[in-house]
Amino acid sequence: MKLPPFDYACPTTLPEAVQLLATSNGDAKAIAGGQSLVPMLAFRLAQPSLLVDLRKLPDLRGIRISAKGVTLGAMVRWRDIEDDERLDTAHPLLKAAIAHVAHYQVRNRGTVGGSLAHADPAAEMPGIAMTCDAEIAVVGKSGAHVIQAADFFQGALTTALTPDEIIVEIRLPAWPAGRRWGFEEFARRRGDFAMAAAAVFYDQDANGKAHNAHVGVIGAADPAVEDVLNGRAIDAAIIAKAEAATSAAVDPQDDIHASAAYRRALVGTLVERALKRAAA
Amino acid sequence: MEPRLTLADCLRHHLRLTGTHVGCEHGVCGACTVIVDGAAVRSCLMLAVQAEGAEVVTVEGLSNDADLTPLQKAFRRHHALQCGFCTPGMITTAHALLSEEPDCDAARVREVLSGNLCRCTGYIPIVEAVLDARAAYQPKGRDRSGDCA
Repeated sequence: MKLPPFDYACPTTLPEAVQLLATSNGDAKAIAGGQSLVPMLAFRLAQPSLLVDLRKLPDLRGIRISAKGVTLGAMVRWRDIEDDERLDTAHPLLKAAIAHVAHYQVRNRGTVGGSLAHADPAAEMPGIAMTCDAEIAVVGKSGAHVIQAADFFQGALTTALTPDEIIVEIRLPAWPAGRRWGFEEFARRRGDFAMAAAAVFYDQDANGKAHNAHVGVIGAADPAVEDVLNGRAIDAAIIAKAEAATSAAVDPQDDIHASAAYRRALVGTLVERALKRAAA
Repeated sequence: MEPRLTLADCLRHHLRLTGTHVGCEHGVCGACTVIVDGAAVRSCLMLAVQAEGAEVVTVEGLSNDADLTPLQKAFRRHHALQCGFCTPGMITTAHALLSEEPDCDAARVREVLSGNLCRCTGYIPIVEAVLDARAAYQPKGRDRSGDCA
């Protein structure tokens, strides 16, 4: 369908952008790459009165890597992450997950901030933000503040962002060398939305025991199975236990693509495969 | 220009450049792919106003004369099109890929073209055509052909 009518503004400063959003009675939307928002407009699922284009705002584009971790500006594109070789060591889980995001053309425009704000439960970036306990820095009319990923995502397509707020950047905590990790995704076609995916990581102590385990699932709620892993050597028996615990914990829905039972089994299998990869 | 006008519709209806095809209008089929500042994008997922100041290359812009480009010749040679509806998007996507990665392998070509739907060919001739056109994008070939830089 053709897009619904809306006004358009392209501010050059962040305060100006916030002001535009704040004075539109909650009816304006920020647009970054537009790769989720424009389809929403085409389906008339979103009908904002005003689009505030973020493309001319400085300072939202860089990827910064420091001892504190990896900071991705809101306007960083999937393509930028793919091309940044520093991330191979600075955050290999992020890099592996982002390799599954969308198709070639969409990767050239889709942004980190746009994906976080859209909060599709089958999208990789929100899943990685949750699994890695990321912080999301936003700015609005009341100023700048930081929201923990667990507080930011409130449900499918629902976030803690108020209508006047813009995501500035996402901060992923530092990734120690030697951390074990795995990412596994299943989609009907490479680049399509995930039917499910699993992101896992843990650190290993001198005795080969896992600690600080994180298990995140995309396409279903996180299974909270870290206690199965922490303090254990990640061997075949523990991995099998984690798989079973995951399948038991998640409560997916039936939909046109797969039954709930299939999805439950799939999520468990993806966690199993991710753990096998991490332990290998 | 109305803000709600997509780049695809701007190209077709305002500039009368109907080489860019519109299939799904929501970013699934890839038929409307054009090259914006060197990067392949879906022109149905971009507002025309967002292209302010950008260089936009459509399928019409790939050849400066009446002759086909080496990539287009490879499509013809390999029977990489039947009805032709997806072809402009296939060509622009493959052109962007080969311009950036003239040494890409079959797996990479398949991955990149997975964002473009074709209901006629079964894709295999398209992948073969793109692989065959690689030589024209390598530095020596580029000098020789002159029309695909």
